Amino acid sequence: MRKVAVVGAGMTKFVRRALETPKELSFEATKAALDSCEMKLEDIECVAHGSAPDAFDGIHQKGEYLADGCGGWNKPTMRVFNGGATGVHAVCHGWYHVASGMFDTCLVVCEEKMSNAMPHAQGFFLTIFDHITERPLYPNLLWIFAMEMNRYMEAYGYTKEDMAIAGALIKNHALNHPAAQLTEKVTVEDILNSEPMAYPVYRLDVSPVSDGAVAVVLASEKVARRLTDKPVWIEGVGWNVDTSYWTNKDLYYPRYLEVAAKMAYDMAGIREPHKEINIAEPYDPFNYKALHHMEGLQLSPRGKTVELLRDGHFDLDGEIPMCPSGGLLGVGNPIAAAGTVKIAELFYQLRGEAGKRQVPGDPRLGVAHAWGDLMQASSVVVMGK
Amino acid sequence: MSGVEKVYGGTGLSASQVEDGSIFVEHDALDCEYTWDAGVAIGRYLQELKNGRIIGRECDECRRILVPPRMFCEICWRPNDRWVYVKDTGTVNTFSICYVNWDASRIEPGHPPHLPAVIELDGATKMIGIMHILGEVDPQAIKIGMKVKAVWKPEEERTGAITDIKYFKPY
Amino acid sequence: MGKRVAIVGIGYSTFRTTSQDVNYREMIFDAAFKCYEDAGVKHPREIDAFVATSEDFMEGVSIADEYVPDQLGAATRPVESITGDGIQGLAAALMQVQTGQLNLVAASSFSKASNVIDYYNVVSYACDPTYIRPLKEHPYFIAGLEMMKYLHGTGTTKEQCAKVAVKNKENALDNPNAAYGSLVSVEDVLNSPMRFDPLGLLDTCGDIDGAIVLLLASEEKARELNKEPIWINGIGWGTDTPNLDSRINFGAEAQYAKLAGQKAYKMAGIKSPKNEIDFAEVDDTFTYKELQHLEALDICAPGDAGKLLEQGAFSSKGTFPVNVSGGSLGMGYSHEANGTQKVMEIVLQLRGEAGKRQLDGVKTGLAFAWRGIPTATGAAVILSKDK
Repeated sequence: MRKVAVVGAGMTKFVRRALETPKELSFEATKAALDSCEMKLEDIECVAHGSAPDAFDGIHQKGEYLADGCGGWNKPTMRVFNGGATGVHAVCHGWYHVASGMFDTCLVVCEEKMSNAMPHAQGFFLTIFDHITERPLYPNLLWIFAMEMNRYMEAYGYTKEDMAIAGALIKNHALNHPAAQLTEKVTVEDILNSEPMAYPVYRLDVSPVSDGAVAVVLASEKVARRLTDKPVWIEGVGWNVDTSYWTNKDLYYPRYLEVAAKMAYDMAGIREPHKEINIAEPYDPFNYKALHHMEGLQLSPRGKTVELLRDGHFDLDGEIPMCPSGGLLGVGNPIAAAGTVKIAELFYQLRGEAGKRQVPGDPRLGVAHAWGDLMQASSVVVMGK
Repeated sequence: MSGVEKVYGGTGLSASQVEDGSIFVEHDALDCEYTWDAGVAIGRYLQELKNGRIIGRECDECRRILVPPRMFCEICWRPNDRWVYVKDTGTVNTFSICYVNWDASRIEPGHPPHLPAVIELDGATKMIGIMHILGEVDPQAIKIGMKVKAVWKPEEERTGAITDIKYFKPY
Repeated sequence: MGKRVAIVGIGYSTFRTTSQDVNYREMIFDAAFKCYEDAGVKHPREIDAFVATSEDFMEGVSIADEYVPDQLGAATRPVESITGDGIQGLAAALMQVQTGQLNLVAASSFSKASNVIDYYNVVSYACDPTYIRPLKEHPYFIAGLEMMKYLHGTGTTKEQCAKVAVKNKENALDNPNAAYGSLVSVEDVLNSPMRFDPLGLLDTCGDIDGAIVLLLASEEKARELNKEPIWINGIGWGTDTPNLDSRINFGAEAQYAKLAGQKAYKMAGIKSPKNEIDFAEVDDTFTYKELQHLEALDICAPGDAGKLLEQGAFSSKGTFPVNVSGGSLGMGYSHEANGTQKVMEIVLQLRGEAGKRQLDGVKTGLAFAWRGIPTATGAAVILSKDK
């Protein structure tokens, strides 16, 4: 198998409402990524981009619309979409563009502008549900994630406070991220006292709605060695989608993630992920999700995660720092772009360039994860130096 | 060679800048319309809801009884075998108490919250459930594992839709 | 360049203008079941990964990739969704196999266009939201503009374009998978109601419902399975700018088709396409598009396609048969399955399974698809069988 490296990364600020159009956001991130590795668009052979539902922008064939903003003009350009899992999946998608031998360089760009949807992006989530058996009930996303959270907490006897501790830990990491949407410290009490939205989900249990874009540059080994003396290698990739009949399975454990992670770990030659992984970036649109996913990623035994959390196991200086970037909870959640932040974070961390967020102890191996669809999809990328 | 974060593009706006017209916007409302074919399995499911019954499909290989029904077993990878009625009673697998409407607007004070739940149906295989809403119940009294029963619309008001069941209530 | 990859299985549903008796899941299950059986794969567990193509607005579902796995037998398996043409989906599957990590990958695409009440309204949402859509014009005005430029720029005539419709609709009469086969005359096409001058009603194709699933295998895996492998010698896709006003030589030539063709030819080691390829299925969403695409794909010189067509070069008995299946004008337009529909015909022809329309002695075929108004994305693939 050909080795593939991440050689550059760039992103926009994450904001509630961006002045820039989706194309312009894509351009800003793309340019920043190319600048970071001193490359020009003509050095790029293909573009793999990602964006989630077309409905946010009211644009049919959004991939075609975004193509030139992503640097896709006159190039092979392909858009992948996997709901929230898009951000990491697009990197899996870009990985095989290069690993196949078809291309030597690939630009991966993920963008989401949620503020275009009026009055609120949440309204458009109605259209992700089955049009005949679910939409007539007028569900929203909070319904189903609240139900998953409830099932998860019930399964292990976890409390709302347990979940809030994870939320505060991650959100406060974002204070050190210069592109983050969240700029104020949040306490466990703040989270527990925030507005109840859909029990057991309170307002600060949820990540903010965001506009933003992230891009990374992938290169084959030959090109990467020429470009940089600090390539970060994609050691393994995995992706998985479970049944769309989400009411036909138990939500307490994300088995599809276990399978996706196994695919990535096998490729990376990792046998004991909880001992070998130095940094984890689990997908965290809600605070419970970070813990739920640590279990799915085999980084924490089922039902023991809260204990480890309370023991500081997941702190920045703990055994496996969890979401040192600040995650979706703190940096922001522009759906498709949110996962790619995690890829960019591992790139910075493994190169020792994460500034105040830097995980101590010369981390060598990290895992990034994104999750999406109707609680059914996961994509996993293992990166190492 | 530097991968260090430097300048970030992207310009944040406040809500007021959109509302007061100081930035330009193009407003448009989505008006795409569809007539989705229900097909064989969901077509019959809707027909039976109109009759006041819940129907599933049984697979002879894995022995699962599936609701909502489909004509194939996605695990055994074969056309499944027969129609089976399941009961209109079941168990709450999980639930939420939701104070937000589908479009993110807040429920008006004094109005009851939405009570979505996944209900495992009696007669279907364990863990096979549907999403619906709960009613005639104190939200604070809802528990995972609670037994519930469908409350149907009167026969003449049923249209062959999932909303032919008004809600599930404890019994 | 990379490892050899073959198509080892194909399955498809019935193609028809409406399909009210089945939903999209049941339709795709039908195609997938036939595909796996065709390849001799007993259970989708034996397949390593799955790729699907779809567009949210065509399905009326956001994040439509949610509803992909079950009907492909792919629940809790590696599944990927691409908003692109079926040939782009095929390219994704091919690259996955070439990594050496996955040996057997399924690619699925489908159309349930009959469920969209106003397709043209949906297309209008694909136009730029701030400076094209607010014009509130029917989006096919772009095709009218482009055809005008094409005729003007190449000297091709409306009669020549009309003959594309005559040829393809007649070819479709021999294809049981085609819904729009008919005998029409050049006059019928020229006298059909004018839509977007110079584009008339019979210059455009109608919609179709249907699903196609293909199975791709690495060389080693292909040799294990029982079907004659159809090799993917070359594949390419490319995108011109989405902005109508800055497309290179807008209308007169199809830049995206050039990009896609050049890349596919390079991978296949083809220097002279018209001599090294035996026949083609080329996008004919509008009559002029078939001619424009043939020129961009270097099957003939710019401006020559119309003349060659009149000489019969592209008919099923000609020197370079084009759209023997009937193309989109004869089979119906299947949206994201557009390219796969063309791949399907090449596979059937190369296998010798094309029935009444079977071409003699064909070894190498080209399929090309375009993503439709208002896009500038195209994808090409070259398939062959062992000599």
